[in-house]
Amino acid sequence: MRAFEFVRADTADAAVRTVAAHPEAKFLGGGTNLVDLMKLGVERPDLLVDVTRLPFGSVDVEPGGTVRIGTNVRNSALAAHPAVRTGLPVLSQALLAGASGQLRNMATVGGNLLQRTRCVYFQDVTKPCNKREPGSGCPARQGVHRNLAILGASEDCLATHPSDLAVALAALDARVAITGPDGNRDIPLAQLHRLPGDHPEQDTTLRHGDLITSITVPPLAFAERSAYRKVRDRASYAFAVASVAAALDVDDGVVRDIRLAFGAVAHKPWRAHAAEEALRGQPATAASFRAAAETELAAAETLRDNGFKVPLIINIIVRTLGDLAGERS
Amino acid sequence: MTEAIPGTRVRLQVNGQPHELDLDNRTTLLDALREHLGLTGAKKGCDHGQCGACTVLADGRRINACLVFAVAAQDVEIQTIEGMSYDGTPHPMQQAFLDRDAFQCGYCTPGQICSAVGMLEEFDQGWPSAVTAGEQPTALEADEVRERMSGNLCRCGAYMNIVPAILDVAVSSARGLTPPGPPAPRSAAPQKPPAGGAAPGSRAVTS
Ligand SMILES: Cc1cc2nc3c(=O)[nH]c(=O)nc-3n(C[C@H](O)[C@H](O)[C@H](O)COP(=O)(O)OP(=O)(O)OC[C@H]3O[C@@H](n4cnc5c(N)ncnc54)[C@H](O)[C@@H]3O)c2cc1C
Ligand code: SF4
Ligand code: FES
Ligand code: FES
Repeated sequence: MRAFEFVRADTADAAVRTVAAHPEAKFLGGGTNLVDLMKLGVERPDLLVDVTRLPFGSVDVEPGGTVRIGTNVRNSALAAHPAVRTGLPVLSQALLAGASGQLRNMATVGGNLLQRTRCVYFQDVTKPCNKREPGSGCPARQGVHRNLAILGASEDCLATHPSDLAVALAALDARVAITGPDGNRDIPLAQLHRLPGDHPEQDTTLRHGDLITSITVPPLAFAERSAYRKVRDRASYAFAVASVAAALDVDDGVVRDIRLAFGAVAHKPWRAHAAEEALRGQPATAASFRAAAETELAAAETLRDNGFKVPLIINIIVRTLGDLAGERS
Repeated sequence: MTEAIPGTRVRLQVNGQPHELDLDNRTTLLDALREHLGLTGAKKGCDHGQCGACTVLADGRRINACLVFAVAAQDVEIQTIEGMSYDGTPHPMQQAFLDRDAFQCGYCTPGQICSAVGMLEEFDQGWPSAVTAGEQPTALEADEVRERMSGNLCRCGAYMNIVPAILDVAVSSARGLTPPGPPAPRSAAPQKPPAGGAAPGSRAVTS
């Protein structure tokens, strides 16, 4: 591991200034991804700025119903928070489906969103990888890609984003509050992560020194009717092979409104706008759920070993929406 | 290599005892405990957050000591397996593991026990799990224990006895039969130093 200096930030501004002034500095959250990748030699910061003591540690329901989640709320505490657990079940369920009790006690919101892909070549510095070493090639295309992207991938990279939390937040139209070298801004979560294109080395649209301070979830009338379903290779403590975050509003057997996002299928949490559009005004039946899912997945491009994800994701969409529709009646 | 390796005088609070160590910043909490303080109870299984053998409590919350730099763990109270027994009396969780023969090689056991103690605390505070879904958990059942303990792997496969051991303790505390032993992990009351607290020759300063 490369040697590094360590400082603990007292204010967000100081943290941002320090990282901005050091091209190879990184913020340190719970460390569960960064420390891991430093041990592997994938991340090589020369300075760590610990941001976990900054005062972004609470969940607040603002007047109007927006839920503001400070970046330093640990994943376990967020899943247990009453406003999240009952008001935003999809969010609580997504968190609880991720990692382990220990890791959730450590992981922060910002760190979770900015965790890096679990593509095996990315994590192995002896292998080429366009994301880690731009221009070196992508061995996954011919090699191990069973868990890699079926939507929005590029010739250069087919990595998937591993976060469960991000998928729930994508479905909920969350926004991300950022303090950066040029001040504060607020962007839709949908604009945080990007598709790989020609620049797979860029996971997100953030610039060096941008600090996530909180996430906001706007009110959604039917958020209580939401769920997260995750398929993985073992029952617990494993990353998703495919996952679905959904909120459904059914009136008299007809889909009035819907929010739908998929995980582990793309370089970013995949908001299923086409499926949502296809479903509004349709009967809340398995047949229309399946037709809408197929509409969204029409754009899927599969490789030798990841084609199974297409029927898998369609099936879990049908199951999840069916459960939510049943709850309603 | 003429540049000095960046280090920090790190203050750690472990099992109620303060320690000061001059550490390379790259030292994880796990290595600080094992290599510098001689507390070898927490084990290094994978060193990547994938097995739970390194589980310790930080302010009563279970964490993977292999993924924390010691320098970032300075203002929390760390409790390791060495701090679980009190005055020679095993912690009820330790006793339950003995009574149920909940191990074979024992490598995962300190992590299992620390994790189980932290897990019961989480359960008592009403924290949900993937199994509980939206409901408030009332009684701890085997499938709940398996889910909540999934961060601790046992290569020997002693799960069949680990789960009953944990359930034994869960049931006895639910009955209010809080057995002797250290205070609840969240209270950072000082305890007896563990046998052989600081390794000879380490730069531990115990005040
Ligand atoms: C064995 C294992 C299993 C796992 N399983 C799952 C799973 O099933 N589902 C899942 O979703 N996740 C899983 N994870 C990943 C885990 O959830 C993430 O590692 C964790 O959420 C990262 O949060 P952190 O606070 O520890 O981030 P860190 O490791 O501290 O940081 C991650 C990145 O974010 C940056 N960063 C941190 N905070 C900020 C901030 N406030 N602003 C800007 N940048 C910041 C850091 O510089 C770093 O680049 C697993 C991890 C492990 C080790
Ligand atoms: S898929 Fe992306 S992360 Fe994986 S090897 Fe290819 S370029 Fe690297
Ligand atoms: S050694 Fe820390 S989780 Fe395996
Ligand atoms: S008892 Fe051997 S690893 Fe668990």
